[in-house]
Amino acid sequence: MTSTLTAPDPVRTAPAEPPPVVRVSGLRMSYGTQQVLRGIDFTITQGQIVALLGPNGAGKSTTIEILEGFRLRSAGEVSVLGVDPARGDEAWRARLGIVLQSWRDHGKWRVRELLSHFGSFYRPYATDGVTRPWDVDELLAAVGLTEQADKPIAALSGGQRRRLDIAVGIVGRPEVLFLDEPTVGFDPQARQEFHELLRTLADARMTILLTTHDLHEAEKLADQVLILAGGRIAARGTVAELAREFGGEAEVTWTSGGRAHSARTADVSAFVRQLIQDGAEVDDLRVHRAGLEEIYLSMVAGEEAKR
Amino acid sequence: MNVTGNAVRQGLSRGGTELRQVLSNGQDLGSNLVWLIGLLAPIYFLRDNMLAGTDVSVAAFVLPSLLSMCIGFNGLLNLAQQLVVEREDGTLLRLKALPHGMVSYLIGKVLLVAGMVLVAWVAVLGTGALLVDGLHLGEAGRWLTLLWLLPLGLLAMLPLGAVFGSLIESPRSIGLIMLPVFALATISGIFHPIAGFPTWLQVVAQVFPLYWLGLAARSALLPESALAAEIGESWRHWETVAVLGGWAVLGMLAAPVVLRLMARRESGSTMAARRDRALSRRAA
Repeated sequence: MTSTLTAPDPVRTAPAEPPPVVRVSGLRMSYGTQQVLRGIDFTITQGQIVALLGPNGAGKSTTIEILEGFRLRSAGEVSVLGVDPARGDEAWRARLGIVLQSWRDHGKWRVRELLSHFGSFYRPYATDGVTRPWDVDELLAAVGLTEQADKPIAALSGGQRRRLDIAVGIVGRPEVLFLDEPTVGFDPQARQEFHELLRTLADARMTILLTTHDLHEAEKLADQVLILAGGRIAARGTVAELAREFGGEAEVTWTSGGRAHSARTADVSAFVRQLIQDGAEVDDLRVHRAGLEEIYLSMVAGEEAKR
Repeated sequence: MNVTGNAVRQGLSRGGTELRQVLSNGQDLGSNLVWLIGLLAPIYFLRDNMLAGTDVSVAAFVLPSLLSMCIGFNGLLNLAQQLVVEREDGTLLRLKALPHGMVSYLIGKVLLVAGMVLVAWVAVLGTGALLVDGLHLGEAGRWLTLLWLLPLGLLAMLPLGAVFGSLIESPRSIGLIMLPVFALATISGIFHPIAGFPTWLQVVAQVFPLYWLGLAARSALLPESALAAEIGESWRHWETVAVLGGWAVLGMLAAPVVLRLMARRESGSTMAARRDRALSRRAA
């Protein structure tokens, strides 16, 4: 920390793009001769929810573990909160939240006991703006574990355990949160609640990167989707952008005079206008644009074919 | 708030919680003490056999030696086992994700192991007070020896436990170090004086810390007349401190390096791979 504070320079502090929270460029990773990541680039700005989407083995976990500082990359530039994760110190780690998949660790600890223990690690890193750790009772309520607070962790159900994993990930009020396949094993209700929780966190300026192979999750949650296939980012953008960019032509179907018709067009409104102008009797008009699912599947299939 | 101070405090609180969990759970406590009961049982049968050339019973000879076994067992085997198991179940990875978590983890483990040694010592000394004649349990000066023996013994054994715990990959392989430790106990004069052993075997035993732990414990609890059964008829306190200190220094140099290498490899996917292996083992 610098002890001298200089008056802000009015020119220099003019509103500028905030630096990205996560910046990755030319990231490569190989295990032996096997290349898992073949040069990926992306940035995440503060408060964004980004989903890293891809089939198993596409390099999602590898990417997130490099960002967490748990894995050393083969090549490329990476920075998280302005720091190279390979050189991140404990003060840097205190600003990170990592949601791990638990199995049977800390089985004898009680839920509240473990959260307040883990929370205490963040106490020295509280700042004027950020209260650390998160109040345990508030946190328990936020993840829906209030009733289980005094249960030993070994007695939790699978879904409750995942909620605890998430609570452990955010107990230090991280600036950036990493989640690797967070909703595996969630029922629809739990998934819905989890998505709401992430939205709330993002609204509070938390930056979130999650991996998933569930397209609907990415579609529902993410401000930005990165589709990882074959070690490269095959596509990126908001769900709408992806659909526009890769969906290409929409399929228009209608019935006219009792007969079904269909046509493909890139400009739906012009096509429909024309159709009506031509005076045809148009019933049951439907427009089908390729959903992200089809795009995703065709993209993955394309990558698999290349291998 | 001081960052290092907080890490130490969290480590101590962690160790305290885990110790309470072990002590309040009969099954855990039992499995930690069952081997000890197995070793204490012969004491009862040996209480009238005299150690050749001395006026102390074989039971009186073995009992203090068992105090050193407590340090060896908990410091080396128990710590190694916990590291291996908690690496597999993800405890270690969780702590790695916290600021200064690994330091606190190790502090917690040291406290837990030290606590377990104390519990075992109470069991051994209690048995001694009840069943064995000829122990000098009432003299304050004797307890002083035990007081320096405990931390020095732990300093010598814990780093070794940490090294083995880092090198062993699967909980099923923990037996790999179990057998050598038992073999070492046999030649280290835990159950029988080694003064009558071939010289080369005596030399081997004296390289390792277990012999010296036993010697120091006997010096604390046995009368001078028991010296007749010892090498050189001396308690050799300076040599004891030198050898145990040497192991402690070596261990403290090696353990952080090995631990760091081991911890560096831990990530969510290595954990997941290990979990999948363990689950498929169970299913098979």
